[in-house]
Amino acid sequence: MIKTVKGRAFVFGHNLDTDQIYPGRYLELTDAEDVGKHAMEGADPDFTRKFKAGDIIAAGSNFGCGSSREQAVLTLKTNQVGSILAESFARIFYRNAINLGLPVLICPGVSQKVTNGDTVTIDLAAGLVVNERTGQALQAEPLSAYVIKIIESGGIAPLIKKEYADK
Amino acid sequence: MHAIEKILARAAGRASVSAGEIVQCRVDLAEVNDLYLQTIRSFYDMGGKRVCHPDRITFILDHYAPAATIQQAENQKQMRQFCCEQGIELLFDIGSGVCHQVMVDEGLVYPGMVLVATDSHTTTHGAFGAFGTGVGATDLAVIMRTGQLWFRVPEVIRIELNGTIPGGVYAKDIILFIIGALGADYAIYKVVEFCGPVLKSLSVSERMALCNMTTEMGAKASYIQPDEITFDFLQQKVKRSYQMFESDPDYHCVANLSYDVSGILPQLSAPHSVDNVAPISRFEGIALDQAYLGSCTGGRTEDIGIAAHILKGKKVHARTRFVVVPASKNVYLESLERGYIDTLVRAGATIVTPGYAACLGTHAGILAAGEVCISSTNRNFPGRMGHAGAKIYLGSPAAVAASALAGKIVNPAPYFDIN
Repeated sequence: MIKTVKGRAFVFGHNLDTDQIYPGRYLELTDAEDVGKHAMEGADPDFTRKFKAGDIIAAGSNFGCGSSREQAVLTLKTNQVGSILAESFARIFYRNAINLGLPVLICPGVSQKVTNGDTVTIDLAAGLVVNERTGQALQAEPLSAYVIKIIESGGIAPLIKKEYADK
Repeated sequence: MHAIEKILARAAGRASVSAGEIVQCRVDLAEVNDLYLQTIRSFYDMGGKRVCHPDRITFILDHYAPAATIQQAENQKQMRQFCCEQGIELLFDIGSGVCHQVMVDEGLVYPGMVLVATDSHTTTHGAFGAFGTGVGATDLAVIMRTGQLWFRVPEVIRIELNGTIPGGVYAKDIILFIIGALGADYAIYKVVEFCGPVLKSLSVSERMALCNMTTEMGAKASYIQPDEITFDFLQQKVKRSYQMFESDPDYHCVANLSYDVSGILPQLSAPHSVDNVAPISRFEGIALDQAYLGSCTGGRTEDIGIAAHILKGKKVHARTRFVVVPASKNVYLESLERGYIDTLVRAGATIVTPGYAACLGTHAGILAAGEVCISSTNRNFPGRMGHAGAKIYLGSPAAVAASALAGKIVNPAPYFDIN
C-alpha cells in the first residue's frame, strides 16, 4: 500500500516552471545524482542545502509548466521529495511524476493554507492533507486506481517490465 | 464525438471514446530528441530488447546541434548507436533542424494520426488535424517497448477567430493576445481547437505558430480541421494514405470562445511569464542587447522572409546582436534560394545551425546577467535563454526584426501596409 508522508513544507507560488525547477543548461547531465544537485536552482539556489529527505513541496496553480523534461521530476525525486501538493499541475509534469513514482496531489486551497516550514501529514491513498501547525485538514483529489497502481509499483518502468516480461 | 476523440478511438481500436476516459492508444509516430538519453535507459529498465515498430520511431538531434560539450557529444553518440542497433532509420542528425519542423518537412505528419514526442510543443501538429502531444522520457520509452501509450481523453475548448488581421499583425500576436486574456493554466489537460473565417487567411506556417503556443496555455493538444490550405501543403510531402476525421455537429465543447482579430495590435509577452501580455506600444523604447529569430514557433521561411523585408539594405543597430536560427535545413535552403539569408547576413545578422540553439538556454546565443532580448520563441521564463537575471520579451518575427534594426523595442506595423 502507498504510505503516509510527513514532512516540512517548502512553499512556491503559481506557474513554477520547469526551467526554474531544473535549468536547461544542465539537461546534458544523465546521472540521477548529478541531476539532483540542481533541484529548484532557478527558484531558490539554496534549496538542496535546506531540503531534507521526506520534506514536501506545496505550490499554487500550474506547477511544472513548460518543458517536457523529465529531469524536472528526477531532480526532485533524487532529493527524496515526499510529495508535491499544488492547486493544479501542468500536464506533462504530472505524468512524469507519476511515471517515476513521485506522488503528486491536486490539492485545492493548499497555497493559502500551508506556509513555509509548516509540518504537513498526507494520507496518499485517501488524499487527506493535514497541516499539523494549524490542525486544518484539506481534501486533495484522490488518485485514480491506475495511478495508485503505478506509484505502488515504484513507477511505470517496473510495472511495464513485469507486464511485458514475456513479450 | 469530436474529431480528436475519433482519432483516439481509431488508435485505441474502439468504436467510440468520450472525455475523461483512460484509453490505450497505438502511437503512429514517436519522436525522441537529444535531451532525452533517459528514453533509451528507461527502455532497457523496462526489460526492452528490440524496439516495437522501429519504423514508427524517429530520433532528431536538434537541441545540441552541433554538440558544444563532451557530455552532449557522448549523449548524441549513444543515440546514434541505439538507432543503428535497433534498425531505426528515421534518424535526423545535427543540421536537420527543430523536430517539429523536420517531421513536417519530411512528410511524417498527416491528419488523423497520433504523434507523441519528448517535446512539450508537439501541440504544433494540431495545425494538420493530427493529435500531437508532448511527454517525458519514460512515457516515450513505454511506446518504444509496447507500441502504445495511455491517454485520458481530453475535453475541447473551441476558439473562433473572426474579422480581418491588420497589417503587421501575425498569428503570434493573436495567440499571445489570447494567452494574455486567458492565462497560462486555462487549458490544462484540454485540447484547444481553432476555427472561424480567419483561418482561411492563415498559411500553414502561421497555423503552426498558433497551435504551437497552445502549450503555453497548458493544452494537451490543439486542433484545426484540415482544409484546402492543409491539403495543398501536404500534397507534395506526405506519401502515404491517411484517414481524416470531422467532429459531429452535436459535439459539446467545454468552452466556446470567439475573438475579433481586427482590433488586435502587435503584442509582446513581457518577462517572466508567457501570459504577461500587453500591446507592444507599452514597451517601446526599451533598449535591446539581442534580438532572436528562430524556434518551432517563429523560425520558418515566412518568418525569415519578414525579417529580410524589414532589414533589406539596412544595418542591425550597433548595440544589438541579431541571431537568426532557421527552424530546419529545408527552411535554411528556401531562405537561401529566396535571398533572405544574403540580406540578413549583409544587415549584420548571425546565422546559427538549424536547431534549438539558445531557445532553451543550451548554446549559441545565450544571455548574460541583466541583458534584454526580444525573441520570436515561445517562452520567457527566468533563466530560459541563459542567466536568470536576463529579460526576454516574446513577439512576432516582425517585432523582432524591426526591433533589431532600431536597437530597442519598436512597433513593426510601419513596415507593412496598414488597412
